[in-house]
Formats: sequence, C-alpha cells, structure tokens
Amino acid sequence: MEPIIHFSPYTGWVYPNETIFEWSILIAVYPYITGLVAGAFTVSSLYQVFGFERLKPVAHMALLTSLSFMIFVPTPLLLHLGHPERAFNATITPHLTSAMAMFGFFASFYVALLIVEGWFANRPYIVEQAQKRTDLLGRFYRLLTLGSYDVSEHALRYDKKWIFALAVIGIPGAHGLHGYVGFMYGSVKAREWWSSDLMAVIFLFSAIISGVSLLAVLYVATCKMRKIPVDLACLKGLAYTIWAFIMVALLLEALEFANLVYKNREGTDMIMQYVTGPLLVPYFILQFAVGAITPFLWLSYMIWRGTTGKALIVGVTVCACLVLFSVFMMRWNVVIGGQEISKTGKGLLSYHLPFWGKEGALMAIFLTTAPLGLLYVLTRLFPPWADAPTHAHS
Amino acid sequence: MTENSKPTLAARRAFLAKLGGAATCAGAAVGAATLGITASVSAKTEPAANGASFPTKDYDWTKHQWGFGVDATKCIGCLRCVEACKRENDVPANAHQFRTWVERYVHIEGEEQTRIDSQQDPVNIEASGSEKTFRFANRYRDAKVDKAFFVPKLCNHCTHPACVQVCPTGATYKTEDGVVLVDETYCIGCRYCVQACPYGARFLNEEKGVADKCTWCYHRITKGLQPACVEVCPVGARIFGNLKDKQSPVSLFIRNNRVQVLKAEMGNAPNVFYVGIDKEVN
Repeated sequence: MEPIIHFSPYTGWVYPNETIFEWSILIAVYPYITGLVAGAFTVSSLYQVFGFERLKPVAHMALLTSLSFMIFVPTPLLLHLGHPERAFNATITPHLTSAMAMFGFFASFYVALLIVEGWFANRPYIVEQAQKRTDLLGRFYRLLTLGSYDVSEHALRYDKKWIFALAVIGIPGAHGLHGYVGFMYGSVKAREWWSSDLMAVIFLFSAIISGVSLLAVLYVATCKMRKIPVDLACLKGLAYTIWAFIMVALLLEALEFANLVYKNREGTDMIMQYVTGPLLVPYFILQFAVGAITPFLWLSYMIWRGTTGKALIVGVTVCACLVLFSVFMMRWNVVIGGQEISKTGKGLLSYHLPFWGKEGALMAIFLTTAPLGLLYVLTRLFPPWADAPTHAHS
Repeated sequence: MTENSKPTLAARRAFLAKLGGAATCAGAAVGAATLGITASVSAKTEPAANGASFPTKDYDWTKHQWGFGVDATKCIGCLRCVEACKRENDVPANAHQFRTWVERYVHIEGEEQTRIDSQQDPVNIEASGSEKTFRFANRYRDAKVDKAFFVPKLCNHCTHPACVQVCPTGATYKTEDGVVLVDETYCIGCRYCVQACPYGARFLNEEKGVADKCTWCYHRITKGLQPACVEVCPVGARIFGNLKDKQSPVSLFIRNNRVQVLKAEMGNAPNVFYVGIDKEVN
C-alpha cells in the first residue's frame, strides 16, 4: 500500500505525529549560515577593536563576508514556513514569550549595523569612485556617498571612531545573535537532545570557529585568484584563532555530552543507543574525529613545529575546510539528530534527505553557497583588499 | 449532569447524522435527516466566522474551565474516537497525522520491554487496509500476554503550554476557558510549537500550511456538545466537562479517582487526567 504522505521509518515506539519530520535540512542550514556571520564578524572585530594587526588583510573581507551571509540568513527560514507571506507577523505582533519572535529584530538590527559599518569602512573608496566614474556605476557610488565627499584626515578619523564604536556594538550583536539561535534549541525542554543550558554557548563557539575558518579559506582562495602571495602572518593569526576557539568548542561539547550521560535521566538509554548506532559516524567520526580533533591536532603540530610556507597554507586551508564541515555536521546532528530521537524516549526515527525540492539537499547547498556569489559582487563593488591604496584606514 | 456536560438529544442526533456514512450510524442518520434536525443544530454546518454561530451568543467562557479525563481501564481500542475526530475536524486523511490517537501497551511473558504501538503502525494499517480507517491488528494472538491495555492520547491543553510560549506570532493561544487553539489565519507555519510540545500532539497541516492540533472540538463544546471523541466512545473511556462545575463528569472523575497526568516533570501542567495507566506511559 502506497502511503498517502511521506513519513520516516522508525524503530521502537514513537508518537504518531512524529513520523513526519517537521524541521528539515533548511533548519540546519539556518544556524550554519548565522554562525558563519558571527565568526566572520569576530575576525573583523579582532582587528578593528582589539588591534590584531596581523589580521588586517582579512578584516575588510570579514565585514563583507558577514554581510553577505547575513542577508541570506532568513532565506532557509522563509522557504521552510508554511506561510512565508505571513513571516512579518512575528515582527509586527511579536509574541514576547517566544524565543523565536525577537529574531527578526535582532537580525534586522545586525544587518543595519553591518551596512552602516560597511559604509564607513568603504567611504573613501565610494567617494573616489563617485568622483572618478561617469557611468551608471558612478551614479550608484554617488548615491552611496549620501552627499558626503569629505575624505579629509579629520573626516576619516571621525569615520574610524564610528567604525570602532560599531564594531564594539557588533561584538555582542553578532555573538548575541548566534547565542540566541542556540538558545532557541536549548530551551526546548521537550527534546532531551536539545534541552541544555550549554547549547547557546556551544553554538556560539562553533559559530566562531566556522566563521574564522571560512575567512581562512576565502583569504587563501582570493590570494590565489588575485595572484598575490598569501600573508603568512595573517594566515597564522587565523590559525591561532581557530586553534584557540576549537579547543573551547570541543571542551564544551564534551562537557555537554558528559552531563547528559552522567545525569542519565529518562530517555538517556535511547540517546546512548542512538549515538552509538545511527549517530556514530555523523557525530563521533565526522563531526568530532574528522572535523574537529584532526584539525586541532594538525594545527597544534604546525604551531609547535613553526610550520611555514606552502605547508602552512595547505595545512591551514585543509584544517579550515574540515572545521567548516564539522560545524555543518554539528548543526545537522543537533537539528536532525534531535528529531531522530523520539520524544517518547522509546524509539528512533530516520530522516530521509531528498535531493530535489524546496527542502532538499540541492537547495541546502545553494543557500549555503549563494552568499559567496553575493560576496563576489560586493568585493567587486567595494574591494576589501588591504593592499588597495584607497583604504587608508584599514 | 449540568447543561454543559450533558448534550441535548437533538444535538446527539445531529452528531450521529454526520457520521451517517458509518454503518452503525446509518439508521440514526437517516432518522435525523428526515426529521430535519441536522441543518438546525449541527455544530459544524455554520462557518466559524459567522458571528451568530461562533462564538455562541449565549456562551460565557468565564463560566467554564474545561477538563478532560481518560479512563484507560475502560478503553477497548476500537479507535472510533480517532475516526470521529478525523471526520469532525477535517484532519488530514492519512495515517501519520492525528489530533487524537490510541496507544496499545502489551507485556509479553518473558520480555523485558513493553511492546507499544498505535493505529499508525504499518502492521495496523495493513490490517485496516486503508490509511483512512483504523484498527489494531490482532498481532499478539499467539503470544503469551501478561498484561495489555490501551491509552487514548490527545492534546493536554496544558495550563502552561510550551507551544503557546514558543509561538512567535501568538497564533497559538490559550482561551479563557482553558483550551489551547491555533489561529489558522495568523499561523506562519514555523513548527516551533510542534517541536516544543512534549506530547507529540501537534503536526503541520500541509494543506493549510499551519499547525494543527486537538481543540477539544471547541466549536462543539461552546454549544453545549461533547467533543466528537467523547461522544462516540462506546465505553465511556473519555470524560469531558467543566471543571468549574463540581458535578460535571470530569470533576467527578477527578474527585472519585486517583488521577495522574503525563510528563508532569515538564512543568506544563496538563489538563488531561488519566486513570489506569502504567509506568511506561508518557
């Protein structure tokens, strides 16, 4: 008998309504993208606020990366909604007890912050182009000047103050945004796999490592594309950052898991059956062994041996790719994994990922990579390269 | 019994009329239709938006606090409640989305784990031959059964509903008379409520694109009728009424029995009270 509706196979006892997965891969993509935003912003603020000079070559790109990904953050959510045309109901009449209701405000605030900071950071270039160009793009830049053509030293100093202030506000903004995403899962008491006080912090640290890793990959890739040598000091700075944060991220995840096992509350037996069964490969092997412990050890080795040159570039790039993969697996294991463990505590479901369709793998890949397309356009409009002579402030 | 807890004869006939397709109800349906009762008192024939019908003019929600009782010792697993609910509330006609369902618990001699299934189990669907009608397959016929019982489940209409807490738009709300409802015209279909409900009582109605769940047949109870599942239960395993009325069936049920709620540790304070469930039931 052909089923009327697609449902997930299961073992043990699950509630009848659970056999349809309500949160698909898109809901895993959403925190992934948000995490990349927060992580990229971390790099930007490490330079702008904390004066990490060696990160100068990527600081500008970090801002543009953050903006590109942030613009795409709502897309997986909108595609997932039963009524996307009603999405603004959550902002027009937010339900104040809902962890999700405030997201629209946080996200909008943060996008606005990124745009304003980006504007200040790129003002000298915008002004230069507005004065130089006579074509349609020139009009675009003239519009972007907002009537301010003053690029005197005094004005740029003033801009820098703004950039600093916005970067300072942006730190809690970006990290709060992502911690908030973690809280949305951590506060769901119905699911033992999610319901954890540590969830928000785990999300935050995994976000940081993913964003920094993305920048490491983008930096090396853009250097190759632009045929300029990779600034090894900068790359090493990124490697140090990944190394430091990955250590905390790993520790937090281990603590979380230890807590779950040690407390051994109702349903833990099923969770253990799950993590040692269907989740063994995606959780222990892919997320931890391949995606987190391998890069951690590799980076440790490179730092210890003082690896440099091509070996450093290859090593950091590969490690960064592994971390990006690991963090995606973490999102997957939380969002999909959480739903694969039945609320009954007595059964397991298995999610089938379709390739095609609104909530399929192809769409997930598209939404994750689409911000890179936007980033490409933005880098053409506002070159973020530190070697560009117009960026006096960077 | 009070006016609210005891439906009128006419209303009973009307409800039966709607189940006219079922063989057991055919006679009553014909009778009711012939008498012309159906159109005048049917709970569902008038649209909810029609002010004259809903909310009912003479219904005062401040005088009601609805509650539900389940006597699992009485349930025979006939699943009439499930089918009646599906028809009454236009619940999607498939075997994976329910506003109410019945669980079967079977202890087999020598086995450590209790076997649990519900009407959606593929073996049971195979036995019913359709995803629109339900029955429990006689799968334990040859087994040595130590203990077996059925447990009807539905939305608990919690006093502190997690679904209402997490709803980003307020489309899910709790009424003054204690019922958790979904505003289908305002729900965005994010399904956060589905995740937050510890009881698996919610699902996404894919046709409407909104969250769906048991309403305790709000369109009926505000007219003095019983929820469809209570109405059709042949053994009185489902009890419904006004908790503010000390003589209502549910008040008496709670007073005369040692009742318990599901997953009390969640802190949701459910309003479905159970009698006769075992330790495995959650």
